[in-house]
Amino acid sequence: MPKRTDIKKIMLIGSGPIVIGQGCEFDYSGVQACKVLRREGYEVVLVNSNPATIMTEPEMADRTYIEPLSVDILHEIIRRERPDALLPTLGGQTALNLAMELNERGILDRYQVELIGAKAESIQRAEDRHLFKEAMLKIGLDLPRSGSAHSMSEATAIAHTIGSWPLIIRPGFTLGGTGGGIAHNEEEFETIVNRGLDASLNNEVLIEESLLGWKEFEMEVMRDKKGNAVIVCSIENLDPMGVHTGDSITVAPIQSLDDRAYQAMRDDSLKVMEAIGVETGGSNVQWAIEPKTGRRIIIEMNPRVSRSSALASKATGFPIAKIAALLAVGYTLDELRNDITQTTPSCFEPALDYVVVKVPRFTFEKFPKADSTLGTQMKSVGEAMAIGTNFKQAMQKALRSLETGFGGFGACAKCEKFAAYDDETLAKEVARPSAERIFVLHEALRRKWGVEKLYEITKIDRYFLRHLEELALYEDEILSAGSLENLAKDLPLFRQAKELGYSDIQIGYLFHKTPEEVMAVRKQIGLIPSYYSVDTCAGEFEAITPYYYSCYAENSEPVREIPGHGHKKRIMVLGGGPNRIGQGIEFDYCCCHAAFTLRHEGYEVIMVNSNPETVSTDYDTSDKLYFEPLTLEDVMGIYEREKCAGVIVQFGGQTPLNLAMRLKKAGANVVGTSPEDIDLAEDRDFFKQLVDKVGIKQAESGIAHNVEEALAIVEKIGYPVLVRPSFVLGGRGMVIVYKEKYLRKFVEEAAAIGEGKPILIDRFLEDATELDVDCISDGKHTVVGAIMEHVEPAGIHSGDSASVIPPMTLSKEIQDKVRAYAKEFAKELHVCGLMNMQLAVKDGELYMIEVNPRASRTVPFVSKSIGVPLASYASRCMLGETLEQIGFTEEVHVPYVSVKEAVFPFVKFPGVDITLSPEMKSTGEVMSIDRDRGLAYLKSQLASGNKVPSQGNIFVSLKDEDKQKAVPLIKRLVDMGYQIYATRGTSTMLYNEGIKTRAVFRISRGRPNLLDLIHDKEVQWIVNTTENGAEAMVDEIQMRSKAVVSGIPITTTIAALTSTVEGLMDKHDFGRFEVCSLQEYHRHVKK
Amino acid sequence: MTDKFNWKAKREKKAFLALADGAVFHGYAFGEATDTVGEAVFNTGMAGYKQILTDPSYAGQFVVFTTAEVGAYAANLEKSESRDVFLNGIVVNSLDDVSKEIGEESLHDYMLAHKKPGIAGVDTRALTIHLRDHGAQKSYLHVDGTEMSEADAIKKAQEWEGLDGQDYASKVSDPNGYEFSTEGDLNVVALDFGIKTNILRNLAAQNMKVTVLPINATFEQVMAKKPDGVFLSNGPADPNSLPQVAAVVKQLLGKVPLMGICLGNQLLGLALGAKVSKLKFGHHGCNHPVKNLKTGAVEITSQNHNYAIEEASLPTNVEVTHINLNDNTVEGIRHKELPAFSVQYHPESAPGPNDSYYLFGEFRQMILDFKAGKNGAAEVKNG
Repeated sequence: MPKRTDIKKIMLIGSGPIVIGQGCEFDYSGVQACKVLRREGYEVVLVNSNPATIMTEPEMADRTYIEPLSVDILHEIIRRERPDALLPTLGGQTALNLAMELNERGILDRYQVELIGAKAESIQRAEDRHLFKEAMLKIGLDLPRSGSAHSMSEATAIAHTIGSWPLIIRPGFTLGGTGGGIAHNEEEFETIVNRGLDASLNNEVLIEESLLGWKEFEMEVMRDKKGNAVIVCSIENLDPMGVHTGDSITVAPIQSLDDRAYQAMRDDSLKVMEAIGVETGGSNVQWAIEPKTGRRIIIEMNPRVSRSSALASKATGFPIAKIAALLAVGYTLDELRNDITQTTPSCFEPALDYVVVKVPRFTFEKFPKADSTLGTQMKSVGEAMAIGTNFKQAMQKALRSLETGFGGFGACAKCEKFAAYDDETLAKEVARPSAERIFVLHEALRRKWGVEKLYEITKIDRYFLRHLEELALYEDEILSAGSLENLAKDLPLFRQAKELGYSDIQIGYLFHKTPEEVMAVRKQIGLIPSYYSVDTCAGEFEAITPYYYSCYAENSEPVREIPGHGHKKRIMVLGGGPNRIGQGIEFDYCCCHAAFTLRHEGYEVIMVNSNPETVSTDYDTSDKLYFEPLTLEDVMGIYEREKCAGVIVQFGGQTPLNLAMRLKKAGANVVGTSPEDIDLAEDRDFFKQLVDKVGIKQAESGIAHNVEEALAIVEKIGYPVLVRPSFVLGGRGMVIVYKEKYLRKFVEEAAAIGEGKPILIDRFLEDATELDVDCISDGKHTVVGAIMEHVEPAGIHSGDSASVIPPMTLSKEIQDKVRAYAKEFAKELHVCGLMNMQLAVKDGELYMIEVNPRASRTVPFVSKSIGVPLASYASRCMLGETLEQIGFTEEVHVPYVSVKEAVFPFVKFPGVDITLSPEMKSTGEVMSIDRDRGLAYLKSQLASGNKVPSQGNIFVSLKDEDKQKAVPLIKRLVDMGYQIYATRGTSTMLYNEGIKTRAVFRISRGRPNLLDLIHDKEVQWIVNTTENGAEAMVDEIQMRSKAVVSGIPITTTIAALTSTVEGLMDKHDFGRFEVCSLQEYHRHVKK
Repeated sequence: MTDKFNWKAKREKKAFLALADGAVFHGYAFGEATDTVGEAVFNTGMAGYKQILTDPSYAGQFVVFTTAEVGAYAANLEKSESRDVFLNGIVVNSLDDVSKEIGEESLHDYMLAHKKPGIAGVDTRALTIHLRDHGAQKSYLHVDGTEMSEADAIKKAQEWEGLDGQDYASKVSDPNGYEFSTEGDLNVVALDFGIKTNILRNLAAQNMKVTVLPINATFEQVMAKKPDGVFLSNGPADPNSLPQVAAVVKQLLGKVPLMGICLGNQLLGLALGAKVSKLKFGHHGCNHPVKNLKTGAVEITSQNHNYAIEEASLPTNVEVTHINLNDNTVEGIRHKELPAFSVQYHPESAPGPNDSYYLFGEFRQMILDFKAGKNGAAEVKNG
């Protein structure tokens, strides 16, 4: 059956900012959907608040709305655009929830918008615990003993009925299991149930029998409207039940099940699709199997494209999102071709002849107070995937892809800390699921605890433990060579080590050699990797799409000569690896742009990346995709095989930048700004000279390698100071210090993180305005993309600060100075490509903070604001074009305001202080645009999930120096009809200014206090600013954390309050938000 | 402790598989250390190794497993599909061990117990691509640990007669007929050309009393059992080497409802006058899309065959009911007037998807219709 012709315009909802549980996989799925729907002739209206996505590039859709993802805003857009259909299954849980709300509020009916991909009833059946259970029982599936509760008393009753601990608590309608947990006793039970009830959108929690230690599996299913259904990929979790699947190490295909058990699960997965009523598209069905009895229980199903679907797509080569979009508009699976073979249909089940391992990436180091034990609530911020010809190889590749300092499974310096554990500690840590448990296991296996003992402790399937044991013991086999020279003489042994996935880093560690030395010896004896393609069919048919992984094997597939590419130069683009705080989707955005542009300009583009969530690892983003770790060894292997003409490192964030110099030394041609110049910008002495030469001020500073040096520097420049290790992204380990006691502590910590690199100490400019500048240079001419003014004062990491284009408060004179400096620095650093500067303004004086000759996090935001694809132009510059040839010679000035706001993961880490600091903590960002600055800011708050109420009660607690500044703002809020609650001190001060408030106690002083107000739902907004530098008081941490968990908007700086009040007043005047597409905004840009 | 991993032997890779066209693939030996010849074919299924090992259709063949890890679960977990292992050997990439301390039987031990050789550590992807490009190959598996030149092995592979024109079905057919199930309201004879047990289980599940007769059963011997229906089983090697069996099928045609699978499908085709020819590298896997032309529905199927019916050679009173969507080859036929149908693929799965069990229900319906006086070729519903 061909596609539907009764629908013409399709609306697609993205998943919004990157948060834990919803990463950039939905950019990947959205991009695939946009591309294919437009190719089929449909008009696509896209809504997403996340500017760092490729899907929101103006070319991707006919109309792109970078607007907050709220029902009211979507209502406005629907009214304006009148789409025929809404496809809600490609934007994660966010899109699904919004679609349901639009449906429930009758908006879809009113404007006759048809839900395609999944019907409301099906979504309801999959998401509502009762309906789901009912549907599953009807088709004879086994479920955990459970019940759902809407109150604490209902919950307790259910717990009594089930009658055994532990119990699992899951809230209904949330993202990534927010608010859930495992309760081992009544006390824990009460805490988690309360949290769950708060987190649930429908105020419901499910309480169920514990399946802790059961084996966990996932099936990715595709179904078309004729009922044809296939399993695209089967996934086995290494971590048994009890750890969220997003936090588990997972393996594809399923390894430990025999065919009979697998097929029974397959049959049931297809039945689930039918029972839920998924007419078309991809779904994910999760199962648990009791290891002894084989009793199998259905956990849940998601009637949409999910994180696992992205993984499954990359693991198999089957483009789930693309096919799901095509099925939604009426095609059937047998009508669609398999992209990879081009000769066989999509109605098949991929056969894998390799093993895929995914490992999650965590950032507990950013939240030292967070509980690092893994549970049913997802905590990871990214993931790496690796492909190998056996499980061990894939596992080792995946672990080195993580870029957390481990060269693989053990045999690395970072594992030494586990060797120091006594047996008791080791046993405890083996039993505790955590980010590094896999390495703890390594230590236990080194101590010959054996598979059976570790199985008893961990319930990790023996299959995995057997392999891990062999790896742990194989280190001695490598060591038996005695030295690297001897290993080189024993080719079979060296080859075997490589077959088992040992990296040059690990082998180097074992023989006290650098990875470079190992690589040199290895190449000398001709031991180089083989490359095989991911072809969906295990070699049965010829693959057309060049999607590769490395391994060590007797043979290798030849380098593919793409027809018509004979004369083309090959350029390698290095991606950013797994997402983490400080290095996320923004860099993938830049890499994709580089790929698109270079292909367009006639180069053959080779993409290398290890992050399965990304658009860059879609096989049609580049000419050739290598799904590989981003280490020197892996990158050089590909570089040499493909005989690349150059490699681009400046788009993938810190990962490729850190490799730049080593790549160059290994013989690669790094195009764009040279590795030496990249390094120079990080060199403090050089930079100081440069700053002096250009004639801009810089906060006084010094470099310390230890506490004594640090104290000496501060003696000279005075407190407060900003302390940070060099060579890190995202302000890792960066703090503002006001006292010696803290200085000592932080310098020690920073020294630990920086791994021997020096520690930088700057005088901290208090209450300064911070600026960010992105510019582009062709080596001769430099054009500023935009100057961004931060809403929050200097001292809060730029990635965590809201920022505004054009600047709000800067004089033209200052702005012109900034532009002049940009040109000077670009020239001095021989920048060819992108450059980012951060500056501060204090008392009308400009200070240089830092200059980075590379793509910055703000490139997508600036590009979308000014309507200029900076990353794309930068790629062209790097390959020799001038800005004049490109046609970008003048800065663009826009007649509207763009605001970027950060989004934080605090809700996942209860008890962690949410105060902003120089250390970056945000996982994602949103953008909003409006002709009015106040409204743009207010929209950004709405988009970032900090929805300020238009009426109600505000709780205000201010630090002393903010009190006077706040008075006029609070007056305006009172004028708009808000009621104010305040703590005693603030209340008295406001009373003296003629503002009536209701006073409450500080939390530690008595009741009623804020906690009571929150509990009674008496406050709808919290304004709380705190003293700089002092360790936040328990009171405040508790208050802010409670607010976050309760979903109450909270404003933590006076600057943010100012902008919010401005926005509220404008909103008051306008009456409602207006929406407008990016394409329309860009038409107004004067170029 | 480290001896159990046998790393030294694994890395020396002294065993090899030599193909008649001169290609050689290296690895290490496991299972029975005896050299042998066989036809190398690949199978793309990702689980079910024991079901493959015990499928008599693989007699005379070396099965190359394309899946990366083989033997990850214990051999005693899965049921056998016949009374023995009939294939000549297996080729795998990563051979897994199991946990013997909890009573699990490894693939190595299972092969040893059945006296079959295997080779592991092989670059199976390269081998698969080679077989895809050059076709299924006569080959020689050298695993006995002696010194042997690759040239000698290649020569031995070339000298072997191969499977074409060979009757392997008679070698694997159980010479002693037996009753598989004694309960049921229909009496069915299954002709054993190398029958898989899951076919028998499926027939029995249709409430059929199933009597298994060997391949050399005559028309009279079959009819003496007073069957309500006759089932033509799967089996190894060349259908063109079995004219005497095709002749029996021809005699049965119209007298009693017939259902065939795999070799049974080919023999029904031959009995109907169609031609059966060899495919380049055959279909061996668990992921082949087959379209039911009656309903338009697609089934994901288990496949294992090197020969196929030529569509153009089918007489006009036979219709094609199923096709393979990968290469459009014939996957199922039905006589338009007489009660007989067959499929090339394996609806009984084991290993593979269970999408096509409904065909056994159609067989039952066809028999019931035939008994009721209808010709049985009438419309058949889907289960």
